[in-house]
Amino acid sequence: MASSSNISELQQNAKERLRIISGHLQKPANREQLRVSANECKAEAADRSLEKTGTIPKRRQDILKWNGWGYNDSKFTFNKKGQAEFTGKRYRLSGMVLPALREWFEKTFGASLEHKTPARSALDPSEVPPPILNEGFVQDLKGTAIPFSCEIEDRIFRAHGHCLHEVFALREGKFERVPDLVVWPNCHNDVQKIVELACKHNICVMPFGGGTSVSNAVECPSDEKRTILSLDTSQMNRILWIDEKNLTAHVEAGIVGQDLERLLNESGYCTGHEPDSMEFSTLGGWVATRASGMKKNIYGNIEDLVVHIRMVTPRGVIEKSCQGPRMSTGPDIYHFIMGSEGTLGVVTEVTIKIRPIPEYQKYGSVVFPNFDQGVACLREVAKQRCAPASIRLMDNEQFQFGHALKPQVSSIFTSFLDGLKKFYITKFKGFDPNQLCVATLLFEGDREKVLQHEKQVYDIAAKFGGLAAGEDNGQRGYMLTFVIAYLRDLGMDYYVIGESFETSVPWDRVLDLCSNVKERIIRECKEKGVQFPPLSTCRVTQTYDAGACVYFYFAFNYRGLSDPIHVYDQIEHAAREEILANGGSLSHHHGVGKLRKHWLQETISDVGLGMLRSVKEYVDPNNIFGNGNLL
Amino acid sequence: MGESPDIIKEEAAEILEEMAQSLQLGIIRFFAFTLSKAFKKLFQRVKVNEEGIQRLQQAIQEHPVVLLPSHRSYIDFLMMSYILYTYDLSLPVIASGMGKIVPLNVITYFADFLGMKIVGEMLRMSGAFFMRRSFGGDKLYWAVFSEYVKTMLRIGYAPVEFFLEGTRSRTCKSLTPKLGLLNIVTEPFFKGEVFDVSLVPISISYERVLEESLYAHELLGVPKPKETTSGLLKARKMLGDDFGSIHVYFGHPVSLRSLAQKKINRSNFNLVPRHIPRKPTEDIQAFVNNTGYRMVRLQQENMVVSPWVLIATILMQDLPGVDSEYLIEKTAWLRSLALLFGAFLDWPDHVPTSKVVASSVALHHNIVRNVNGRVVLIDEEKPNDNSSDDLVFKKAVTVLMCASYRNQIMHVFIRPALVAAAIHTVCNARKEEVFSYFNFLRELFANEFIFTPGNAVQDFEDGCYLLVKCDAVQILKQDFVVTETGQSTISFLVAMLRPFLEGYQVVCKYLSEEVIEGFTEMQYVPAVRIFAVKMIISGYWLFLFNIYPAVHRSTNMAMPLWGLFSKVAHNPTSKL
Ligand SMILES: Cc1cc2nc3c(=O)[nH]c(=O)nc-3n(C[C@H](O)[C@H](O)[C@H](O)COP(=O)(O)OP(=O)(O)OC[C@H]3O[C@@H](n4cnc5c(N)ncnc54)[C@H](O)[C@@H]3O)c2cc1C
Repeated sequence: MASSSNISELQQNAKERLRIISGHLQKPANREQLRVSANECKAEAADRSLEKTGTIPKRRQDILKWNGWGYNDSKFTFNKKGQAEFTGKRYRLSGMVLPALREWFEKTFGASLEHKTPARSALDPSEVPPPILNEGFVQDLKGTAIPFSCEIEDRIFRAHGHCLHEVFALREGKFERVPDLVVWPNCHNDVQKIVELACKHNICVMPFGGGTSVSNAVECPSDEKRTILSLDTSQMNRILWIDEKNLTAHVEAGIVGQDLERLLNESGYCTGHEPDSMEFSTLGGWVATRASGMKKNIYGNIEDLVVHIRMVTPRGVIEKSCQGPRMSTGPDIYHFIMGSEGTLGVVTEVTIKIRPIPEYQKYGSVVFPNFDQGVACLREVAKQRCAPASIRLMDNEQFQFGHALKPQVSSIFTSFLDGLKKFYITKFKGFDPNQLCVATLLFEGDREKVLQHEKQVYDIAAKFGGLAAGEDNGQRGYMLTFVIAYLRDLGMDYYVIGESFETSVPWDRVLDLCSNVKERIIRECKEKGVQFPPLSTCRVTQTYDAGACVYFYFAFNYRGLSDPIHVYDQIEHAAREEILANGGSLSHHHGVGKLRKHWLQETISDVGLGMLRSVKEYVDPNNIFGNGNLL
Repeated sequence: MGESPDIIKEEAAEILEEMAQSLQLGIIRFFAFTLSKAFKKLFQRVKVNEEGIQRLQQAIQEHPVVLLPSHRSYIDFLMMSYILYTYDLSLPVIASGMGKIVPLNVITYFADFLGMKIVGEMLRMSGAFFMRRSFGGDKLYWAVFSEYVKTMLRIGYAPVEFFLEGTRSRTCKSLTPKLGLLNIVTEPFFKGEVFDVSLVPISISYERVLEESLYAHELLGVPKPKETTSGLLKARKMLGDDFGSIHVYFGHPVSLRSLAQKKINRSNFNLVPRHIPRKPTEDIQAFVNNTGYRMVRLQQENMVVSPWVLIATILMQDLPGVDSEYLIEKTAWLRSLALLFGAFLDWPDHVPTSKVVASSVALHHNIVRNVNGRVVLIDEEKPNDNSSDDLVFKKAVTVLMCASYRNQIMHVFIRPALVAAAIHTVCNARKEEVFSYFNFLRELFANEFIFTPGNAVQDFEDGCYLLVKCDAVQILKQDFVVTETGQSTISFLVAMLRPFLEGYQVVCKYLSEEVIEGFTEMQYVPAVRIFAVKMIISGYWLFLFNIYPAVHRSTNMAMPLWGLFSKVAHNPTSKL
């Protein structure tokens, strides 16, 4: 065990760490502490009376929007003066006015505050299809005393992820099929019982984690005639144990990212897994989709982090018998689970690597004269294997967009230095403001090493014409990560729809892929009758030895289109075809779901698909886990 | 076992240097400009479709552009550069099928050609041009060259220009596309290095081709003069002559991306690094081949046909000449038929046909003459001191010149003519039978005319459609019926094809009668020529002069003819 001085140091670190996370995440909230529990789940009524207290309640709609992104209290609006504002108190940007956003918005999309497309204010219950209930199953489920619900609100909330058309349907459309029942297991044993009953009564089970899917993964297949049970994992949110000797933690799969980090931080640890959706997405969801976190350069992607997985399938429980750090025992069965997208069973518990909270963290940013130079620099950084915890390169459009999100007054956002730097970049160095692009950096580790590391990266950047552009710009970039997701809802109030999508691609093709995909989007919009040029922009968000992850944003003004969602889908489809034609992958981390399954066969070959199919057939012959993803 | 990388690098650098030099645009500009003065003397006017220029301007801003002009004359190069220069467009990087980048040699040659020795000398002395003669098997050169062209496209520095037909067509019929360069310029798109490539077909039509007589001589086996000598052509004399007008038509840019859509799966290039050259896969080859044909067809569609071409077409069916009254009447008839078939005619407004015919005849005074109310091919030679071989040769020159103008409209008539020939030959005019005979002819002539591969049904339908459209034929259920008025049209179209068929027949006759053992290509061409001359002297048809174009393209022809030979064995063409 650690000595007492070590412990106090750890606690010190933990506090610091908490501050940082809440810094770029949200303001510290007054919330009950989560228990770190070493108890096995006792599926008894007495235990159940002890309500769990994770961030996400059973009634999600109490704190989260039912028809948009994130917390109810946080959103972008245009205030009475016509200025953009971000409401609430949770984020750094909360309560601030963003004077430049309106102009950017109107100019970029040809949108106008006069032309509104507000969402309906409440759900019309008559539009929700009535539940199909398998009486026998319901009876048996009651017998287990595991909480469940068939209330419309609960069902609708679990009928969608966050693809554009899903959110659009919530705002003004219809769902053909929604879950008939929602169940909240408390632990692994509960899940086992539910799955047994599901098999017995032949109903369809769809695991539901945070619902942040952007691949239609949690959408119900419209032709499913059986009862659809949404298995909400949110109440399985305990850390069951922490093993400091091996630096692992055993955690229930329903825990959301922010809770996991906060709880571990209290003991001086972190996982370092920070997908942009970490406020709401769950450990089980990450495993099920092969998620990737912003700081994977230090901590790894989910497949690097996971040591042990426990999953309940119709055939029984699958897990390995030991926690050896690497095994040569045939194909790794965990790799059937990672990326299975809820088609094989429910991930209930995961042993995940943890690290001591880093002593020191530093943001940074570099401005490049153009995107080509920026990519060349990232490539060199990857070659020298000295990528910071995070390094992201935005293209010029995103750089401009970032500017539009500058709040009116805030010491952290604007400073004398900022002004000077801007002057320096655009005037002295002859950077063209319509060409330049920015990389944001995040360094982590012990102070000494971070500073050394920082110098190494800036030296490389300089070779590619990159100029250091300050910590603030970097920090702002990362802070915006969490609020950008809220912007889509604002756009949708004014005829603007959009989405992001990603890919991974070998280094030598990065530039060509970026420019071809952006151009394809612009072309397709024109051909499909979109009246204004779209926003079509990208950034490189991860670097690897042999390639990079590229992330696209795409949005357009749909005034004048009779079926905007159809047009949108066609364009997104075309963009994906373009990605594949340019040597990009079907997905780097969002997964396949139902949105991209059209291309899975050509991606992994007929035999590959057959392999997956035969696993599915063995594990789940009656398609109990019938969410229809992947295959 | 190659040389060391260093040596190869050095060589490659030298080659690049040469290429860069040959592209010094300033010099090209200057000389192109100088030479424009010569153009003005030679030609009445150069007509350019300006909306095509505007389209091109637009295309250049959007994507890399490949200019694909037809190739009938050496001055095509200059004409292109001159026009782009005049319209303030970036000068193209000119690539030739042999891998040379040639604008400067061409200018030099042209200067020589026109007797402007001093200009030629200046150019040579400036050291700014190169002529790489030993290109043939030089792999390094090819590698550097193709990389150079691809780089031009990738960075969008300037349009790339080359001739799909590979070489000047001596017969004025389009040649089948050569695919080497087309493969090079399409690759950056397949590999995702550019978003798209615009292919711009350009049709350059000459009312009188500068090299008309040179070509006829070449076809008859007179060795090609060295490019740097001008003796043969008496250039100074040419400068005083009138070569009529030139039409340059810039076609609609064709997006390579749209052509490739659904046909080429670009992700096939994902698994090998892009810098590693790979043999194109079968579907790529087929696609590039198809694209080549498509582009040549587009060139053809916009070729401007002069009245003289119609006259030559009529004369070729009635050699050595016809009554001028008859010619006028027939020309008027052919004009309306050609228009109906979609020919792009340059017919002067409000001028009676008789005048049009007269001025055409005057312009082509070196081929025809009006003698006592008859328009006849000229026959200047005094028979006394010529052997009969010589006589045939001299007649042949004139006939070939005339034929080369007839050839300029063959693309308009070839499909209906093949259907007409099929109807004419097949006793039972059922559609399938007609089609199968049509198909036989189409395959037979696959190297003679431009037929997009795999497009037989469409070609047949097009031919049928035009015959119905001009009321020559009715299709009743599945049968073809030639109308009363249609008979003459059918006969005319069949007669148009006859020289080509007979040319092939002579070759077959030669192969079956004269050949005992194997022979080389070098022996083959002159041997057929001698055989044909013998036949002519012994009183065979005059049409046989058309044997020359057929035989001349020996490389392409020899093989198909071998095939034909065996085919003929079970498909006797005697019916014709
Ligand atoms: C704004 C935004 C930002 C995002 N950023 C990132 C990012 O940076 N990196 C990244 O990787 N992804 C990102 N995503 C995508 C998404 O957050 C991930 O796919 C995430 O892993 C999904 O987790 P979830 O808990 O929300 O799963 P859900 O959306 O609830 O479900 C996703 C799929 O996993 C299955 N599933 C969920 N839990 C389990 C379980 N316990 N057992 C078996 N199957 C299960 C579901 O059935 C479904 O098929 C982002 C999404 C949004 C909307």
